[in-house]
Amino acid sequence: MTPGAEAGTGRRPVHDGLFGEDEHGGAFLLGGRCAACDRVQFPMAPTCPACGADTINEVRLSDHGTLWGWTAVTAPPPGALGDVPFGFGVVELPEGLRVITRLTEPDPSRLAFGMSMQLTIIDLGPDPDPDRDAEGNGEIVTTYAFAPAVPA
Amino acid sequence: MTGAVAIAGTGMHPFGRFDGTPVTDMGVTAVRQALAEAGNPAFQAAFCATVYSGVAAGHKVLGALGLTGVPIVDIEAGCASGGAALMLAVSAIRAGQYDAVLVFGIEKMPRGIIRSSFFEPWREQAGLAATPAYFALRAQRLVRESGITKEQLARVVVKNRANGVDNPNAMFRKSITVDDVLTSRLVSEPLHLFMLCSPNEGAAAIVLQRADLAGPTAPTLAAAVLRSHLPGSVLGEATPMSGIPDEDITPPSTLAATDAYEEAGIGPADLDLVECQDTDAAREVLAYEELGLCAKGESGRLVDDGTTALGGALPVNVSGGLLSKGEPLGASAVAQVVELADQVRGRSGNRQVDGARTGLAHTVGRGANAAVVIVTG
Repeated sequence: MTPGAEAGTGRRPVHDGLFGEDEHGGAFLLGGRCAACDRVQFPMAPTCPACGADTINEVRLSDHGTLWGWTAVTAPPPGALGDVPFGFGVVELPEGLRVITRLTEPDPSRLAFGMSMQLTIIDLGPDPDPDRDAEGNGEIVTTYAFAPAVPA
Repeated sequence: MTGAVAIAGTGMHPFGRFDGTPVTDMGVTAVRQALAEAGNPAFQAAFCATVYSGVAAGHKVLGALGLTGVPIVDIEAGCASGGAALMLAVSAIRAGQYDAVLVFGIEKMPRGIIRSSFFEPWREQAGLAATPAYFALRAQRLVRESGITKEQLARVVVKNRANGVDNPNAMFRKSITVDDVLTSRLVSEPLHLFMLCSPNEGAAAIVLQRADLAGPTAPTLAAAVLRSHLPGSVLGEATPMSGIPDEDITPPSTLAATDAYEEAGIGPADLDLVECQDTDAAREVLAYEELGLCAKGESGRLVDDGTTALGGALPVNVSGGLLSKGEPLGASAVAQVVELADQVRGRSGNRQVDGARTGLAHTVGRGANAAVVIVTG
């Protein structure tokens, strides 16, 4: 099921401008490319952390990458929505950018350095401070995550 | 040496949990000790290192002692706050601005995983404000790139906890075994609970004075350097939330160490002991490489052959380190330098390093900030 697509189920991204989904339901991360030095960044910011330039163009980043680091979070971090344990790590995108991300796999022993990873959008849990609909239902907060790529 | 700066006096409030004791009171205890040992010199400025103490925290401490009127500046540089305060104080004395400066660090940390405004609200909600998990990723990288094993990490904890037994200012004063460490709760693979330091409470104070005005036995503060991360650095101490690969970017700890060695006119081979940032066991081992105590990839040998144990060629964290003392952020670096001052004066009791003349203190953390301080006897 495509997150956010079901009628009547309110979902909101944990933050605007981080990620989106195309017309086929494919998830993508939104990054920025510096007009001056060509470096990419995620999330997109008004300035380039590499050179300081302030012309940053929005780009869709690759929806896949390779696993560079991984562990599991077993105690609830401050302010986190949802349950522990959950996977946590760094995925290196083909653009040469390392993204700190949740991983869908919470068992570190099932992951390996260099493993192919695929972007996905996951539910974190109910919005702790929701705008409620007519039935009094709050929204579900979503975020980006990476999952081990399923071999074709 | 012209313009030399001496450590004229030191003071400590123990590190631990002191429910009901305000952070101001802990600061008062440490400051009084340091001033008394220094002979209560008139100091012309005070720098208070703290992260969580709020507005005018340093003023409250000196206000309680009737010592206001001088400039009092609170300094926040994450785990390296105390190093930052020492750098500013030393620079001012060397420049001839002041004859004596009071530096102190105070902290009363909330319990549990440190909550930090460093993380934006969405990162907290997404579960990305998981500080121990960042430590785990750094540890995993060290395992991958330097061949460090979990047992070696456990042995670092065993070493530091054994050292802490003899430190009355430490929070944990009981020896533990490798098995204890590896059977403690797995927090974030590869880090177990006992491999992580505890944020806690405490205070430390140092009076710095022009060396020609201080007593002849006062140690010299030979270097105090603070550096930040270079752009692009990721998952070293920069902890930006994402970034470009960093293989060729020098980490801030190495930047600070290189500058400090130059400032003191020494090299790593001249050191008799080191106090370093053992926020987690892997952080200490990484410091061996970043501070130039060994070549990259060789840090495991220093654990295996006992080099960094008390009695070894270069003891590290003879105070017990943060793994024994806990980490009250603002007080941490100042306390390291108190330890070095005691060591080079030969008054460290059972944890004394024989013939200690030159010591290095290293803190690094959020910012990223890294500080390196060198003390000579």
